[in-house]
Amino acid sequence: MPALQVSELSKTFDRARPLFGKAPPGVRAVRPMSFVVEEGETLGIVGESGCGKSTLARMLVGLLSPTTGHIEIEGKALDNADPAAFGRLIQYVFQDPISSLNPRRTIRAIMETPLKLLYGMDRKQRETRIAEIFDSVNLREEFLDRYPHEFSGGQAQRIGIARALAAEPRIIVLDEPVSALDVSVQAQVLNLLARLRSEFNLTYLFISHDLAVVEAVSDRVVVLYFGSVVEIGRAERIFNSPKHPYTRLLAESAPVVGRPLTEPEQKGTELPDPLDPPPGCPFAGRCPKATEICREQDPPLERMGEDQFAACHHPLEG
Amino acid sequence: MGSYILKRLVSAIPVLLGITIIVFLIMAMIPGDPATAILGAYATPENVERVNRSLGLDEPMVQRYFIWLGNMLTGDFGRSYSLNRPVLDEILERFNATLILAGTSFVLCAVLGILAGVVSASRQYGFADKAITFTVLIGISIPSFFLGMMMILLFAVNLQWLPVSGMWPIYGDRTLWVLIEHLTMPALALAAVATGVVARLSRSAMLEVLRQDYIRTARAKGVPERRVIYGHALKAAMVSIIPVLGIQAGFVLSGAVYIEIVFQWPGVGRMLVNAILQRDILLVQGGVVFVAACYVLFNIAVDVAQSLLDPRIKT
Amino acid sequence: MRQFLKLLFRNRLAGLGAIVLGAIVLLVLVTPLLPLPDPNATATGDRFLRPFSAGHLLGTDHLGRDLLARLLYGTRLSLAVGLAAALIAATIGSAIGILAGYFGGRLDNVVMRGVDMLMAFPYILLALAIVAALGPGLLNALIAVAAVNIPFFARNIRGVTVGLAGREFVDAAKLAGMGSGRIVMVEILPNVLPTIVIAMSTTVGWMILETAGLSFLGLGSQPPQADLGSMLGEARAALISAPHTSVVPGVMIFLIVMSVNLLGDGIRDALDPRLKSGALSRPRATTAVDRKGPVPETPQQGLLDLQELQTQFHVGERIYRAVGGVSLHVKPGECLGIIGESGSGKSVTALSVMGLVASPPGVVTGGAVKYDGEDLLSADYKSLRRKRGENVAYIFQDPLATLHPLYRVGDQLAEAIRVHHRVSDAEAKRRGLELLRSVRIPNPESRMRNYPHEMSGGMRQRVGIAMALANDPDVIIADEPTTALDVTVQAQILSMLDDLRRERGLAIVFITHDFGVVAQLCDRVAVMYAGRIVEEGMTREVLEHPLHPYTSRLIACVPELGGGRRKLEAIPGLPPPVDKLPPGCAFAPRCPKAQPECQKGEIALFTKEERAVRCLYPEETFLEEEMADARLAGE
Repeated sequence: MPALQVSELSKTFDRARPLFGKAPPGVRAVRPMSFVVEEGETLGIVGESGCGKSTLARMLVGLLSPTTGHIEIEGKALDNADPAAFGRLIQYVFQDPISSLNPRRTIRAIMETPLKLLYGMDRKQRETRIAEIFDSVNLREEFLDRYPHEFSGGQAQRIGIARALAAEPRIIVLDEPVSALDVSVQAQVLNLLARLRSEFNLTYLFISHDLAVVEAVSDRVVVLYFGSVVEIGRAERIFNSPKHPYTRLLAESAPVVGRPLTEPEQKGTELPDPLDPPPGCPFAGRCPKATEICREQDPPLERMGEDQFAACHHPLEG
Repeated sequence: MGSYILKRLVSAIPVLLGITIIVFLIMAMIPGDPATAILGAYATPENVERVNRSLGLDEPMVQRYFIWLGNMLTGDFGRSYSLNRPVLDEILERFNATLILAGTSFVLCAVLGILAGVVSASRQYGFADKAITFTVLIGISIPSFFLGMMMILLFAVNLQWLPVSGMWPIYGDRTLWVLIEHLTMPALALAAVATGVVARLSRSAMLEVLRQDYIRTARAKGVPERRVIYGHALKAAMVSIIPVLGIQAGFVLSGAVYIEIVFQWPGVGRMLVNAILQRDILLVQGGVVFVAACYVLFNIAVDVAQSLLDPRIKT
Repeated sequence: MRQFLKLLFRNRLAGLGAIVLGAIVLLVLVTPLLPLPDPNATATGDRFLRPFSAGHLLGTDHLGRDLLARLLYGTRLSLAVGLAAALIAATIGSAIGILAGYFGGRLDNVVMRGVDMLMAFPYILLALAIVAALGPGLLNALIAVAAVNIPFFARNIRGVTVGLAGREFVDAAKLAGMGSGRIVMVEILPNVLPTIVIAMSTTVGWMILETAGLSFLGLGSQPPQADLGSMLGEARAALISAPHTSVVPGVMIFLIVMSVNLLGDGIRDALDPRLKSGALSRPRATTAVDRKGPVPETPQQGLLDLQELQTQFHVGERIYRAVGGVSLHVKPGECLGIIGESGSGKSVTALSVMGLVASPPGVVTGGAVKYDGEDLLSADYKSLRRKRGENVAYIFQDPLATLHPLYRVGDQLAEAIRVHHRVSDAEAKRRGLELLRSVRIPNPESRMRNYPHEMSGGMRQRVGIAMALANDPDVIIADEPTTALDVTVQAQILSMLDDLRRERGLAIVFITHDFGVVAQLCDRVAVMYAGRIVEEGMTREVLEHPLHPYTSRLIACVPELGGGRRKLEAIPGLPPPVDKLPPGCAFAPRCPKAQPECQKGEIALFTKEERAVRCLYPEETFLEEEMADARLAGE
């Protein structure tokens, strides 16, 4: 049984109705998408700003109710957006570690909340549990009586991870967990996450804009563009032999030591306007291989080789 | 732009309706029989009956509201009992005087306030800043009616520079100069608090803006400092100053009530206070709705000015 | 709380306000115990006695009543009513604001429409209408003043709540199983409370004034009971003949309101986190320069030459040594990278060059910045301004924040040219167009008329670059120009910068935290840590054979695309805070190779031609003899 199964999940944000006339069509932040995450797996999710990765994440943890589709965690359907029901199964680690901690509560109070509300633990049980968790994320217990602003970004992010662990979830959604941190601290947090995953047999959804980080931590990677999945594949293959031209563009754009500086695309490139989406493949406007069919039909996600899926009418060879 | 103004005007309609409803509901709070309240405890039953009928008070409340609203839309605000003349005539006459007073004060507070704020901010912690901050502090703490009284004592009684009160002399010509003489003290007393508020806000808005990255960009381009402050920074600061000017206009209009009493200025405020003391309900109702409506229109003008300044506001 | 009081009383004016207000409150609290005559006892024979008359310290009013007694009892009443009105308005208004702000949706819509309507009245009209309906009286005046202030609180608090409700910690609380009621009480309210206190402390003076005002009009307290407002109102008739009867209550109102305002400002400043950090001071036109030592006499290297530059931030008692003696130079046509983590001082170094470090709190405390032989730190404002943008130009990180939001892009470009050159409007515009073309912006004619918010991040940064190129500068300092951009856009911007530099022979100082970017763009690179340069050299040399342990560890801990799944080499610990730098090598506490002598004293930058390292135990042999001597000296 997969840890997480998402089918036809989508989110359309309504737009305000003007004073006169009909409401304009909503903004499709996430177009219907389906994917499966196996237990113990890390699924990386990459994409540039506006690709819908944060909307997807918020739906997965129940902070946002989907417009269509289903979410199943370990076979249990979770269709109503009730974060408390989701909380015991799936937790969230936020991008900005400091602002994810209430500045006016002590770390202890923050840590105790899920234990008290989700598991109804008494004071003694909570103390033991917090001690265990803090031990496993390498935090000292003396931190418990301090306030969030007293911590550095790396420490605060570890507290955020500890809070997520306290709910004993099966899955953790990591939304850009290291992008607010300095590179030397990034590695500490990434390694901690890797250790926790094997220690607690967790399943991760790792969202990031940094391809190298995603590749380093993930088993499989989903590439999002303009609210759709354009490619899914094994982490070690997807950037080395991409099938979708957008994946290749991403991989070639990432600055790499030893690769000369070339402009990977020559055209002025703008993301398509979400208020006025083009018909067909949303990448067609930027794609060197685009033909007539690309501008008319949205390509479906199809298997291309072992373990790799891409949504493209003219997939890349190799 | 035209469509934006139109849109704002259309969106003002529910606000105006809301204002009439609020005024109507407040007036419905009057305890006991409204007619008795208007006519006093010794009114004859026939008179009470007559007033009740003329006010439509025998109808249910919703109907009464619509009758009142309909009448107002046709320009019929009813008749003032204490003055025995149509409410609208009285209001229009008085509003003119209030507009002169409040308008002058508003211009004073906007110009002086912004100027003081900008100077203060650009010389933060310098002598000018401290002097302005101190003056402003006194300005916003002194009750305008007390300030007015003290001005009368000093400039009219002791120094005899300016007339004690009123808008026009009882005898003599009504020239512009005479008006200015009469207007000086009340306009200054009325503007004092608002000027202080605008100055404080302008100062902090300027300080806030001067810390922004685009000011650093302007300096990095080599823009001269004077232009950085009076061009780049002031323009950006105006975005937060203009809405406050709109609010201050309401405060100036409100303060006019006291100033009109102190200086015997024949404006709407004094009329309203007298009407309340004499329980002339129709005059109060009409006056409140009329002035509030004018204020709503003024605020639309403020919004339009704001949208001209700031392209980020969707028009 | 103690910190709050300390902050509050550090503000001397607030302390003064607290003392005056405290004295007044104390006085009115003990008033019933004082041997005062009955405030309402009339004695028509003793009308209008002047102050300091026998038995009447402040004189008497038009009915011969003792003014001092009336003043104290009136103050009692005014304070009580004003405070009560403020509390009522704050409680009801804040409750409405929090509920509307947190739950949003239809409730919010309905409530805020109502608030808008109430705020559409000049406040006194509403107060007058309420008093008209309820009848004159002090209690009714209190209700009226409280009621007209409710919308103010509701709107204010709603705004803050909406911001809080969207914050991550509220989401986290939901996921921890908190229900709405609990979130409002535990997560929202404590964060809104400071705003409520600020709003109250800044409006309570106003409400005291307002109730006094209604009483002054005869609509508040009714005779014989008197508050300060009605005392003033009654005295008005005798303003000319007996001015003291007006002055006494008037001055008291003034004292109360002023002390409340002073105290309120103090409270606001102490509670506002931005003011707490001392941030709300105006950066001056140039960074303050206060060099302790002599100006270095080292001969000029390159076109732009930083020599032993030191820049500090002085915040209260603390001194942050952001840049602790940095020497760098860049030659025409060369691209120098400065790489480091946040807090390493790389941006401050860059901003120090043209005096753009915010000052206060920034101060350049030593060294020199030489452009073509001239020391820019000694230059007066006029000549420095002429070089800004003309000789040395900047590109900043976040193009949305660094372009002026209210000017059209074309105007901002034209201005960059016109502050240095007398050209016509049309000529400036023509050059602006050319610039937009040179940074490959499609449809430059129509883009000229755009405002920054109408462009995408990548287009905005192109405008930022065009602006830097406006006057054909010799040096461009680019401070993380691509950090805020998506990778595909970053690739375009980087390759464009590279082309421009080759076409125009520009010297570029490129600040970044990304080794990949440095490797692709820069000829030479300097690595910064805790305000100092720890390693310098040709980019390829540094990346392939790093000498400093920090450099090699930093390279190892950054994953690079194409490496597949792997464990990263983390650096333990954190960079030291620059206000508490350890002696010796700042990296030593995190360094696996550190020896006792590393932390003893200043470690020199060992330099050989283009290569330099500040380490006693480098990763590869380098200047073996000098190092051995230095190690011995340290032991």
